[in-house]
Amino acid sequence: MTRLAVPKTYKLYLGGKFPRSESGRVYEIRSHDGEFLANAAKASRKDARDAVVAARSALGGWAGATAYNRGQVLYRIAELLEGRRAQFVAEIVQSEGVTPAAASAQVDESIDRWVWYAGWADKYLQVAGNANPVSGPYFNLSVPEPTGVVAIIAPQTGGSLLGLVSAIAPALVPGNTVVVVANEAMPLSAISLGEVLATSDVPGGVVNILTGSPAEMAPWLASHADVNALDLVGAGDLDWIHLEIDAAETLTRVLQPENGPDAASPSLARILAFTETKTIWHTKGLI
Amino acid sequence: MTTSDTAMAQLSTGERALALIGGEATDANLRRYLHGIPGVDAVGLEQRAADLGTRSVKTSSKKWAIDKIISLIDLTTLEGADTPGKVRSLVGKALTPDAGDLSCPRVAAVCVYGDMVPHAVAALGSAHSAGTDAGVNVAAVATAFPSGRASLAVKLADVHDAVAAGADEIDMVIDRGAFLSGRFGQVYDEIVAVKQSCRRPDGGSAHLKVILETGELNTYDNVRRASWLAILAGGDFIKTSTGKVPVAATLPVTLSMLEVVRDWYRLTGARVGVKPAGGIRTSKDATKYIVTVAETVGEEWLTPGLFRFGASSLLNDVLMQRQKMTSGHYCGPDYVTMD
Repeated sequence: MTRLAVPKTYKLYLGGKFPRSESGRVYEIRSHDGEFLANAAKASRKDARDAVVAARSALGGWAGATAYNRGQVLYRIAELLEGRRAQFVAEIVQSEGVTPAAASAQVDESIDRWVWYAGWADKYLQVAGNANPVSGPYFNLSVPEPTGVVAIIAPQTGGSLLGLVSAIAPALVPGNTVVVVANEAMPLSAISLGEVLATSDVPGGVVNILTGSPAEMAPWLASHADVNALDLVGAGDLDWIHLEIDAAETLTRVLQPENGPDAASPSLARILAFTETKTIWHTKGLI
Repeated sequence: MTTSDTAMAQLSTGERALALIGGEATDANLRRYLHGIPGVDAVGLEQRAADLGTRSVKTSSKKWAIDKIISLIDLTTLEGADTPGKVRSLVGKALTPDAGDLSCPRVAAVCVYGDMVPHAVAALGSAHSAGTDAGVNVAAVATAFPSGRASLAVKLADVHDAVAAGADEIDMVIDRGAFLSGRFGQVYDEIVAVKQSCRRPDGGSAHLKVILETGELNTYDNVRRASWLAILAGGDFIKTSTGKVPVAATLPVTLSMLEVVRDWYRLTGARVGVKPAGGIRTSKDATKYIVTVAETVGEEWLTPGLFRFGASSLLNDVLMQRQKMTSGHYCGPDYVTMD
């Protein structure tokens, strides 16, 4: 007897759960050579709104966790990704049409990127913070703090897993929570990454993954008053100037699109882009 | 209306109740009457409530609903940590819910503990309705809220203090222990006594809202009986909950109370108000209640005199929705006050 195939339903990742789009819409995902792969949820603006609510409510816990703890959680993501490497390699080969060796290399690099950023979690403060010299009996300290809820348009070209990881990991390091619109044409590894995040000590709502049309959702995320920063790294093909203008209306910090193979390459600058510097004065003991 | 209904409408509340239950308000008579009311079809009730909750309210209707919801809110603070300052800021928010948009309507009332009534009245100043239709009311919870576990003398003194301090509305709790053990007469007499204490020297009277605390009544049948009991005893409003027990207002419970209010109106021509309180936090939830009221008792109930939301965090969510409709982009909690 032949066994029936059990195809996977690719859903959104919102607030630690895997709901379908509230709109009920799906869109077809095709492989590099046009073969049908799966139906992915096509998120609507209301899904984006719900994602922001989830990210906002998760912010206190994630930003309030110790830097060391955040580093451990990010490292745990790398561990679990390693355990599911075969699944990610298969999905990348299917959807990007690359060789298994190239897919494997992309998964390696993604895992390494998590480890690299995990290491920064309890170190970037020492590099970016400062004890300022002042002429008075005070300590004057500048420390970076997370910006808040970060909306990200993931890179739409290049490696579908690596691009996503490169975009969300640096935002998570200082304690921001993330709403990310995945690669529209190749969202499978993004949803599978959601499954990894759901089982790797990342609190629900810290990362929220939307699949669907960036052109449809980006304007709503950009103008949303409860989004504190907007990373347009993958928005090069959109009308990103207007997104930037919309974001400015509610004082949202914006990172502009990056193109080419080096888009969202790992750097301390990407971590610090999603921080705000807090400077505090404190009296010294006067005796 | 039939002839007997017309006759019913001409009676005073007390006489009407006695005529209905067929004698004095004793435990036995009340039990016979309340247990004679047909039972609630729980599955049907929940299904009806769920159906009403699926109505889609969009664009201009939604804008109307949002402003309506705001004008029906009893903005509430009922915490042990309440201070005069907190009550003043609550009143400020009641008068100007959205400082960025002065076209936003005021809420119906502020709801506070009895000892905070003077501070609320002072903070409202000329905006205090004080018995008129214009302005914002002051509602006070009384009768040993939220448990109701005190002697009748203490409860009445509680009510008297609040009314003397200027409260326009009194939210009383029924004695759930007495109700659940079948001492309906005691519950009835307490409501009547509290209603008496709501009288002011000038001849007016504070409106009486009777809190059934449906989360402690266990069954829809009990909710229906308690609603009848409260209305028979002369409550101007029936209110679901104190907000102090885990299960507060739900749509099916509110629907069953609205059905009693509808039946009472058909029977006597008198209108009684309904106030769901506790657990209504989003404008989407509140809209479901608006739909339920309009479909059950009719749109004329959607006035502050006949329907209220007891809520604190609901207002912020409604204001965010309102700002979304005005500005076209999603709003965030940074743009409304922290309470």
